[in-house]
Amino acid sequence: MKFKAMTAIAALAVSAPALLLADADDDTLIVNGEIEMITKAPAPEHLSGVLDEIVSGWHMRSDETQVMQADDFDNPGMIYTEQALDDWNAVNGTKGKSCASCHGDVEESMKGVRAVYPKWNDSKEKVYTMEMQINDCLTDGMGADAWKKSGAQMAAMEALISVQSRGMPMNVAIDGPAEATWEWGKELYYTRTGQLDLSCASCHEENYGNHIRSDHLSQGQTNGFPVYRLKNAKLTTVHGRFKGCVRDTRAETYSPGSDEFVALELYVASRGNGLSVEGPSVRN
Amino acid sequence: MKLSTLTLVVSVAAGSAMAGPIAPADVVFTEYGAVEASLSGQPGDAANGAKIMTTKSTGNCIACHEVSALSEAPFHGNVGPSLDGVADRWSEAELRGILSNAKKTYEGTVMPAYYKVDGFTRPGNAYTGKAAEGALDPLLSAQQIEDVVAFLSTLKDE
Ligand code: HEC
Ligand code: HEC
Ligand code: HEC
Repeated sequence: MKFKAMTAIAALAVSAPALLLADADDDTLIVNGEIEMITKAPAPEHLSGVLDEIVSGWHMRSDETQVMQADDFDNPGMIYTEQALDDWNAVNGTKGKSCASCHGDVEESMKGVRAVYPKWNDSKEKVYTMEMQINDCLTDGMGADAWKKSGAQMAAMEALISVQSRGMPMNVAIDGPAEATWEWGKELYYTRTGQLDLSCASCHEENYGNHIRSDHLSQGQTNGFPVYRLKNAKLTTVHGRFKGCVRDTRAETYSPGSDEFVALELYVASRGNGLSVEGPSVRN
Repeated sequence: MKLSTLTLVVSVAAGSAMAGPIAPADVVFTEYGAVEASLSGQPGDAANGAKIMTTKSTGNCIACHEVSALSEAPFHGNVGPSLDGVADRWSEAELRGILSNAKKTYEGTVMPAYYKVDGFTRPGNAYTGKAAEGALDPLLSAQQIEDVVAFLSTLKDE
């Protein structure tokens, strides 16, 4: 493992010397030498006057962390996709079905799915996250127990499904029936919470690129989720990350899966429309 | 050093018999956000102020500010301006005001109010993510604010 990472660093240093710059701002991310990631893009129209450019959190990480994401053998998040593939094929629940019974090959059926979630669900008449859809498939489609919201098994399945869209630009719909939820998410994004009285925008819009203690602040984009965090050596879901950020304002957080976090996820995802799906990405 | 600490302890004891610290709700701000009166009624201890500024669980000021005089502590952030020479720019009363509630000096600032206990959305129980139980304590006590003001007052370029 160590050896491998070193070889990868050496190889990248040769092909892209810019990678050695401290700020790593002009680096490019090509996974496995073939998937070209869009890590910087013009901001979507709804952010005009707010941001000109949207930037993946990958750019804010150290070279050592960045390079881990460039090769699936070095990306610790990829191991979870193998576990999830077992789940995909495993019969579970009273109806004797697996995910594959209905969806077939994950590589075909789930291509492009991650890029458009959260999205409006017509029959349920509300905005659905991928987690909500997976749990519906488990309970209604398979007669199995739902998985824990933002739990390890769920995060792994989200990683497997995200991999099928890697490189594709995020493209969540914010108009039509989803608009009211999107507006609510926007309101939550700009609401200051907790005794520190900070909103998502205080850190990720007003101060992106600055340091808060040792942390290099990113735009707080969700295109890299689920994220493998070196800090706790496991996958973190979008709602898991939101929870930590809200807690850090000395606030009472919302729960993973709550209506608030679903709305916020839609809004934050829409701020990243145009950036490539990176999940599972690697962050510190 | 030992001697001055002792004197301080004695004067704190004497002071508290007369008047307690000013409660967060009773702090009087001038039109421009300064606070003239000492919050604790006691002089501040600059050395302790320096410690509060670098300690994560108390002031944690260096999370957002660079301070050359505190360079032994690692990882100074840059969300706010460098505090070098800050006493040339602001009086003691103004510094006390910025610390107590920076929003009275800088509208809409991201700098937290260190001596304020109400008016928050979803206040939590410190960093647990759970709801606060009962009344909030200010982020810093009256004496801690005075200690930090005392330290900031030493940051002069001229
Ligand atoms: C009984 C059949 C069935 C099974 C078994 C099943 N699903 Fe589904 N799944 C569906 C149907 C039908 C839809 C479309 C739902 C809709 O559009 O309302 C769907 C949609 C999805 C979607 C969203 C796709 C999209 O394009 O929006 C995901 C992700 C998904 N399923 C994951 C899973 C996973 C993971 C499992 C196994 C844990 C699973 N499904 C098991 C029937 C099933
Ligand atoms: C006090 C500052 C602060 C606030 C307020 C804050 N965050 Fe964060 N957030 C961070 C830090 C520090 C990180 C880790 C470094 C980075 O990626 O910015 C982070 C990371 C993230 C990430 C991961 C980005 C990635 O590429 O891995 C997301 C998503 C995120 N925040 C969303 C939010 C949302 C949504 C809110 C509002 C509910 C919020 N944050 C509020 C400081 C903050
Ligand atoms: C979340 C970031 C943050 C934290 C934590 C923070 N500040 Fe600030 N502070 C700022 C910002 C930003 C400004 C500039 C005001 C503005 O434009 O919003 C500022 C301004 C100041 C100023 C005026 C500086 C000048 O040069 O004019 C002082 C003094 C100050 N802060 C002291 C402190 C002290 C002492 C602490 C710790 C008890 C602290 N700050 C904690 C963000 C922060």
